[in-house]
Amino acid sequence: MPPAAKTVLQGLPVLFSISPFACSMKSPAAIDFQNVWLYFDEKPALSNVSFRLDHGETLILLGPTGSGKSVILKLALGLLKPDEGRVVVEGRDITLMPEKDMREIRRRMGIVFQEGALFDSLSVYENVAYRLREEGIEDEAEIERRVREVLSFVELEAAIDKMPSELSGGMKRRVSIARAIVSEPSIMLYDSPTGGLDPVTSQTINLLILKLRDVQGVSSIVVTHRLQDAFWLANFRYSKDTGGLIPVGGNGAGGASSPTRFLVLRDGTVYFHGTLNEVVSIQDPYLKQFLR
Amino acid sequence: MAEISIDGYIKAKVLAVQDFTFLLANSIANLFSSPRYVADTLIQMDVIGVGSLPIVLLTGFFTGGVLALQTYRTLSTFGSVTMLGEVVSLSVVRELGPVLTALMVTGRNSSGIASELGSMLVSEQVDAMRALGTDPVRKLVTPRLFAAIITLPILTILADFFGMLGGYFVSFYTVHLTSVEYWTYVYQALTFEDVTQGLLKPFLFAVIIALVGCYFGLTTRGGTEGVGRSTTQAVVVASVLILLVDFFVTKFLIAIHFF
Repeated sequence: MPPAAKTVLQGLPVLFSISPFACSMKSPAAIDFQNVWLYFDEKPALSNVSFRLDHGETLILLGPTGSGKSVILKLALGLLKPDEGRVVVEGRDITLMPEKDMREIRRRMGIVFQEGALFDSLSVYENVAYRLREEGIEDEAEIERRVREVLSFVELEAAIDKMPSELSGGMKRRVSIARAIVSEPSIMLYDSPTGGLDPVTSQTINLLILKLRDVQGVSSIVVTHRLQDAFWLANFRYSKDTGGLIPVGGNGAGGASSPTRFLVLRDGTVYFHGTLNEVVSIQDPYLKQFLR
Repeated sequence: MAEISIDGYIKAKVLAVQDFTFLLANSIANLFSSPRYVADTLIQMDVIGVGSLPIVLLTGFFTGGVLALQTYRTLSTFGSVTMLGEVVSLSVVRELGPVLTALMVTGRNSSGIASELGSMLVSEQVDAMRALGTDPVRKLVTPRLFAAIITLPILTILADFFGMLGGYFVSFYTVHLTSVEYWTYVYQALTFEDVTQGLLKPFLFAVIIALVGCYFGLTTRGGTEGVGRSTTQAVVVASVLILLVDFFVTKFLIAIHFF
């Protein structure tokens, strides 16, 4: 792309104030929820939920327990089907998609479950290699190379032969991240990735999320209860060139805007959807109480 | 406490039957398409078949023995003690072998399957499996079903033999029949129909043992407490179904003059 054209395209979002990520609006959204309703035992778990996750963007999902955050991740992955509305992933409507067709969609997505959800009868190596084997890769040398690569990315290569029961909570989450990214997904879903972890381990995981977004361009939804994590993810970018963190709005690779949005759920409905600046400046009493 | 309406209760039961039927159909259909999880199937054959061997053999042996002890008293009043081998072999091969083997395997494996799959479900491992592109029915249910179908008839044959052996020990040491007397009656009493009936039932029981365990495991609700509940329900439902199916299959075979 000629530099001039690139500059113009990069300027578009600012010029029209549509979205800081409006470049990607030419292509379909990574995930698009359109008026989604979901009922559990005839009670609505989600009511008319609509939002859009653009490519390279991080959506921070906030809300009290039981507000439907994890349900959104499962809907995005097709593990649950909405009762009304549509869920579109990378331009493909997965609302009524049969399970066998979902496999191709899921191949481009990764998820880190709340407690890691590692297969407890398999070693770390086998857990991470699981997806590669499912994809039909039979070359063991190739599998081992890729497993070691992602385990070194999450700094857990030394634990390759351990069983999940021998790992700490933070290590399990990191193995779970390794398992999710081994097939190089373009979308990552994190369900409370730092829940119950100490601040140092949480920071390690946040850094991994940031690296995946800013180095590999992975779009992500992060469910979290830890506001400090949410704001940290929104306030920093990872620089591939310097290998360090850059505050959003600072000089360098960070650019003017944070590729992060916030979505706050309350009783299964979207209570707030906006950028970092909007979330900190809003005067809504519930939101202020929630974000305090 | 939540109010449960009659129609809601009936709907839930009908839905459960429907889900169970789908599970059965899908797990059987998976046998005819790839990917096939051969390693998982072999592991399950080891768990269900080899793992259940000691209790099945013990059950068979002592059932045959106690049957000989009990029947001896009755037969002796008619002076037909030599027919002890016939009574033991027919009872064991037609009924006691298949049913008791199935009940013992149910107690050991339906519960094990339900708790294993239930634990996987509540710890989100089943969701993780789906997220990683695996069909949980193909990976978890079909190998268990296939393993049970292969191993239960073999276990039944072994239990039948050990039942006859138990009867023999009682006949030889307590009743003082000769080996020839006992084994001749055992052998001559058995017809093709008896053996066929005794080997037909284990296939049906295997389906019940594996699928009831898988069904309750995969429909677990409510965390670790739910896993315990699923385990209990799996054993109770599978045991009752085995006894019901045994009755109706026997009735059916009699109705068609199979024997």
